Amino acid sequence: MDIEAAKMIGAGLCMIALLGVGIGLGNIFSSFISSVARNPSARDQVFGIGMIGFAVTEAVAIFAMVVAFMILFK
Amino acid sequence: MNNPLHQFEIHKIYPLILQIGGVEIDVSITNSTIFMLITVVCIIGLFLFGIKQGYHLRKPSKLEAISEVTFRAIANLVKENCGDEAKVYLPFVMSFFMFIAMGNLIGMIPYTFTFTSHIIVTFAMAALAFIVITVIGFIHHGIGYLKIFLPEGAPLFLAPVLIPIELISYLSRPISLSVRLFANIMAGHIVLKIFAGFVVSLGIVGGVIPLGMTVILTFFEIFVALVQAYIFSILTCVYLNDALHLH
Repeated sequence: MDIEAAKMIGAGLCMIALLGVGIGLGNIFSSFISSVARNPSARDQVFGIGMIGFAVTEAVAIFAMVVAFMILFK
Repeated sequence: MNNPLHQFEIHKIYPLILQIGGVEIDVSITNSTIFMLITVVCIIGLFLFGIKQGYHLRKPSKLEAISEVTFRAIANLVKENCGDEAKVYLPFVMSFFMFIAMGNLIGMIPYTFTFTSHIIVTFAMAALAFIVITVIGFIHHGIGYLKIFLPEGAPLFLAPVLIPIELISYLSRPISLSVRLFANIMAGHIVLKIFAGFVVSLGIVGGVIPLGMTVILTFFEIFVALVQAYIFSILTCVYLNDALHLH
């Protein structure tokens, strides 16, 4: 197989990691919405922690993208 | 279409090479240096002209509001996460937050350079945070700081499994801190440049859709700029809390 073709396949396989990230992000925001629905005055406190959870989970997706770029362009 | 990676190139503005005993160190003034200086000047200006007496006695001006709100937010962050006696570490966390936030925001202006989009810059900041926190831990607890790898109340037969896992997760902290910031900023800028390229290549009529996408992405990038700075600071606070009060 061509090295270029193998690189493309490798980079595509890296993106399977986004499966977990999608589920994780959905979980975070679903629990944020549930907790705000139960107790609307807790919105500001829970929002900060929700943003931390969002950013840390998004970082995993970005790690996967960095690995994909390393495979494609090294 | 232009190469979206051209925006991250470093150009030497004023070449300067230090000779220390046969070793040449390149300390030239690059575009990265100039933007770091602009960032620091903006931060100093924001706090110099924004903190005035009598904040609570009259309607604050915009600079006063921004500087006081930011300062109070980060001070609360440090106090909540690390306890009251960690007030001495507020300048440390505040410097990280203001430097990264202002640097990212200045990088959103067209034709500027975002210095956090280079892994060496973010790695230097994360390594600094990691080393400072480890040294603080050793100063506070002496050699007992190593108990952070074997939490209290964990059965001793688990130690050969638990200690390598804790060690690896401890050592991966600077890597995750630096790569998170670097990859978010670099990826955001690359995507912005690609969509902007589409605007030009699709012409006047078809170019409206990529233009709308670029506007939405610019808002999202500004949000990401602030959130990434906040995440860096709050993770530094959490690690500091870990070091000061063992788990």
